[in-house]
Amino acid sequence: MKFHIDLQKQLGKFFVQVNAEVSGERIGIFGASGSGKSTLVHFISGLLQPDRGEIFLDEECLFSTRKGINISPENRRIAIVFQRPMLFPHLSVKTNLLYGYKRCHSENRRIKPEILIDLLKLQPLLKRGVENLSGGEKQRVALGRAILASPRLLLMDEPLSALDDTLRFQIIPYLMSVSEEFLIPYMFISHSLIEMQLMTEQVLVLNNGRLVQQTTPEGLARNSMAKSHNGYMNLLRLTCPVYQNGLFSYSWGENTLLVSDGQIHESALFELSSREIILFKKHPEAISARNLLQGNVMEMFNSDGRVGIVLSVHGEKLVAEIVQSAADELNITLGTSIFAAVKASSFRRLV
Amino acid sequence: MLLTHEDITAIWLSLKIALTATALALPFGFAVAWLFVFKTFRGKIVLEVLINLPLTLPPVVIGYFLLLLLGKNGWLGQLLQASGFPVIFTWKAAVIASATVGFPLLVRSIRLGMEAIDLQLIEASRSLGASWPDSLVTIILPLSLRGIIAGSSLMFARSLGEFGATIIVAGNIPGVTQTIPLAIYDYASSPSSGTMALSLCVVSVIISVAVLLLHELLGKQLDRRGLQ
Repeated sequence: MKFHIDLQKQLGKFFVQVNAEVSGERIGIFGASGSGKSTLVHFISGLLQPDRGEIFLDEECLFSTRKGINISPENRRIAIVFQRPMLFPHLSVKTNLLYGYKRCHSENRRIKPEILIDLLKLQPLLKRGVENLSGGEKQRVALGRAILASPRLLLMDEPLSALDDTLRFQIIPYLMSVSEEFLIPYMFISHSLIEMQLMTEQVLVLNNGRLVQQTTPEGLARNSMAKSHNGYMNLLRLTCPVYQNGLFSYSWGENTLLVSDGQIHESALFELSSREIILFKKHPEAISARNLLQGNVMEMFNSDGRVGIVLSVHGEKLVAEIVQSAADELNITLGTSIFAAVKASSFRRLV
Repeated sequence: MLLTHEDITAIWLSLKIALTATALALPFGFAVAWLFVFKTFRGKIVLEVLINLPLTLPPVVIGYFLLLLLGKNGWLGQLLQASGFPVIFTWKAAVIASATVGFPLLVRSIRLGMEAIDLQLIEASRSLGASWPDSLVTIILPLSLRGIIAGSSLMFARSLGEFGATIIVAGNIPGVTQTIPLAIYDYASSPSSGTMALSLCVVSVIISVAVLLLHELLGKQLDRRGLQ
């Protein structure tokens, strides 16, 4: 997907001005609340008209004040998954799901309802009224409804922020699988760094109605390390759990990690804050942390006075965060061999 | 209970007028409520004041204005007369009087129903490929049903009780334009007809209770549908 946007709008005292050229299948729009993210969603979907400017999607002009073009929302084929599920309360789950499907021209229909219903595990819910569903079920139906409209772009406007942490990370695999399975490019809007890391490959950062940065989720996470409450979040896919002595032993590439918050028989995605990692220049004699990993410094970066140390641990990447004085004291340079200690309780299971 | 042939005609006429006025006003009431809730336009406040004016004006004043408009010398009256569709002092005039007086109640109720609809539901439907008329029929209309039912019941009940405007534009002609309130007024004016007036009052109460019951039943039906 290739996307070009250059627009302006005055909304009371709030002025939105965004100019961006971006291509990719998984684009993130990141910013604090009130930064103009949802306004941008409204512009792109055609629900709000800019004062001036233009919007192009894959070379097709959706809006242009210069050319006098403004394609109506129903003809843009851009579906939205909102923060709240926004299911039609007077319709059943099945009728909700098929709302966009029925309105999609047959030549544009790419997705068979049965396949999507299987993928999102919606079969048992089909005949139910939407009021009787749980929060996670509702959001799955909303996602399915948007996908069945066979959009050429899916806008996900903070689809996880109304859910609690457990539900949020239950929904993420569905979000990922539908976009991969049906090859639908998406824009993922969120103020959560971890969601940007999980869901996107490029990020537009908005602040006060303006585009302030165009970066990668990795770049965003590194830049935000010092300011972010949890530092840099390492995302580790751990496999083959074995339960022993009250802890779960997981494989992480060629490494073994001991984790408290595990689940037997299931590989899982874990987050580990850069601030939970303690670095040693030499092998410590005795230590209470259950994980001691040896790695080489691949890269170092600065984030507002903090130093991010990127380690390669038998080929796996791990980012630790230390203050400048610690980096000086440890005399860390590229290629230095370092020991990283991590407590078993520092890993948080996401998916 | 004692009812004369004329009383029965008055009851049927009242029901016919109230039903016709409600049915005629309903599409306009829906359209005006939609305009007020979903559109911003120049002169919106003026239109709101005009629509709500019959709520505050004495019905007799409304009747008088309608007489000026629909009477022999009124521009609309002359037009209707010329096209062979005289309205003044017929049951149709009573329908117009009832529709005018009850219209703000209808609009207010539908508007309340519409205001409760989350705008994002409409945005979701548009982004799923529904044009605005499609969205109006498949989302706004069904979600306003409660307001439509409440507004129709109110308007029907108000039309049944309409007196001031009706007597001016439709007169009080037994068998032609005499509705229940006008018949009660006639009986009450004559000292010997107290029982007859009371009989019609009982009929009025029965009809009103029936309308309220129907309103409640339809509301419950909607609740059940929503819970399915």
